[in-house]
Amino acid sequence: MVLLTERDRLRQSLAELAERYGKQRSSLLPILQEIQRQHYHISDYAMQVVADLLGIHPVEVFAVVSFYSFLDFKPKGRFIIRVCRTMCCHMQGKDRVARQLETDLGIGFGETTPDGRFTLEWANCIGMCDLGPALLVNDRVYTQVTPNEVHHIIEECRKVFGVHATQGQEV
Amino acid sequence: MIKSFVQKKLTFREIDPEKGLRAAMDLSPEAVIDCISDSGLKGRGGAGFPTGAKWKFCRAAKGEQKYVVCNADEGEPGTFKDRVILTRFPHLVFAGMTIAARAVGATRGIVYLRGEYTYLLGGLKKALQERRDDGRLGPAVLGGDQEFDIEIRMGSGAYVCGEETALIESLEGHRGESRNRPPFTADTGMNADPTVVNNVETFAWAACILDKGPDWFRVVGTDHSVGFKLFSVSGDIDRPGVYELPLGTTVQELLEAVGGENAKAVVIGGAAGRCVGQGEFDRKVCYEDVPTGGAVIVFGPGRDMLEVAENFLEFMCEESCGQCTPCRVGNPKLLECVRMLKDGNCSASYLREIVALGESIHAASKCGLGQSSGNVFLSIVEHFREEIMGRAVGSV
Repeated sequence: MVLLTERDRLRQSLAELAERYGKQRSSLLPILQEIQRQHYHISDYAMQVVADLLGIHPVEVFAVVSFYSFLDFKPKGRFIIRVCRTMCCHMQGKDRVARQLETDLGIGFGETTPDGRFTLEWANCIGMCDLGPALLVNDRVYTQVTPNEVHHIIEECRKVFGVHATQGQEV
Repeated sequence: MIKSFVQKKLTFREIDPEKGLRAAMDLSPEAVIDCISDSGLKGRGGAGFPTGAKWKFCRAAKGEQKYVVCNADEGEPGTFKDRVILTRFPHLVFAGMTIAARAVGATRGIVYLRGEYTYLLGGLKKALQERRDDGRLGPAVLGGDQEFDIEIRMGSGAYVCGEETALIESLEGHRGESRNRPPFTADTGMNADPTVVNNVETFAWAACILDKGPDWFRVVGTDHSVGFKLFSVSGDIDRPGVYELPLGTTVQELLEAVGGENAKAVVIGGAAGRCVGQGEFDRKVCYEDVPTGGAVIVFGPGRDMLEVAENFLEFMCEESCGQCTPCRVGNPKLLECVRMLKDGNCSASYLREIVALGESIHAASKCGLGQSSGNVFLSIVEHFREEIMGRAVGSV
């Protein structure tokens, strides 16, 4: 029964989104970006609802979600840490920053922590080539990151959860 | 705060963006296009299409609704000048877009901003609101008969969307797969309507030219590449940052300006660009010699050029949209070859085959991504054969 009410809630919020952005095809990306921002991924159910709202086939929606690297159909962490792996950041020491992130979070690249809080990913050039190594934490940019600073970046994120944070994925 | 070093003397600092806009509003649309055509301005994103001609095609194209799209999907490895322009001179870009709207008769403007730059969104929206509040955007721009407004749309982390037809696909809500050209976006773009797509820097220069006049712009450059250009310079140099230099500057002069005199190689144009070795530092950076959208990455004496080729090919394999075979299947073969070279397992004849494959990818790919994907690898094979052949397993 809980699942049903969550779905109802999701359907309602998606209908509001479609109302806000309009039901034309060109609204698809803004709508998907908003779902991603709120739910940290775009579920099969959400894709189906969006398809119904815009009057397109759900495969069309999946095709778009699977194309863009900032849209995910698998659940991701509350914070997605994306380390730039392109040449300039590579030359400025991205490997050591990446290694420290793996060690501090206890996960490899492409993985999410079991508590659903952090996802670690590689990014292709994020446009901070003069200030590498650089990484993104959701929308925030960190430049000239040293391995030692990695801990502080993670702690900054953890503050959001507070002392009474409960385990598990936010839906 | 993201603090990039930016060269002190910068034209954009000295220009009042609104003067160019006012001048354009007092001119007829045809006169605006003539002004840009006379200046010789070419696309600053790298492809180098004459801006005036693009605007002229769009003006001549029939369509109820016309669009002006600003390509702020700056994804080329090594380039970050658009980020600096959007941070420091957003009004110059918006004024340039409004001038383009005047020239082609467009009423809707869209900035396609890459997802990685989401943090810029607040500042850009504020700048747009300021413009709406005092009538520089809206139903009557500067009280005249031109209607124009600008919205910002976000990308979602796809390099290929910097290609203008892929960008339009993305704006329309599709996968960012490039289209066949013709038809060109100037007559069949967004929603099949005439659309001008220009780079951030191109719009900024357009606003400068309308203020200062076409002759002011032409004073520097070569026969086919006039004016100044912003360069994003990074790598093994003393002062990474954004520099304004005339087109036609030699690689050597550029290296002296940024403190990279002991460079062994320079990649100009990012992952889609080419590698210039020491013997060619007298070559000119301009559309007719070594073209670039502004990315300059400098490699010092200790760098392994195979690592450079590997990193850029990994990038291309990842970012290929996958719709056409030469690019989707060919690039992984090039990458595999680089790894063979690294291990010393690549015979000279196999390397020759792979170079031929690289040329086929260039010839047979549909869009600029595929056509340029092997450039860095091919130019490294050309200039650094002694360095890349005969590696011992596990060396470097």
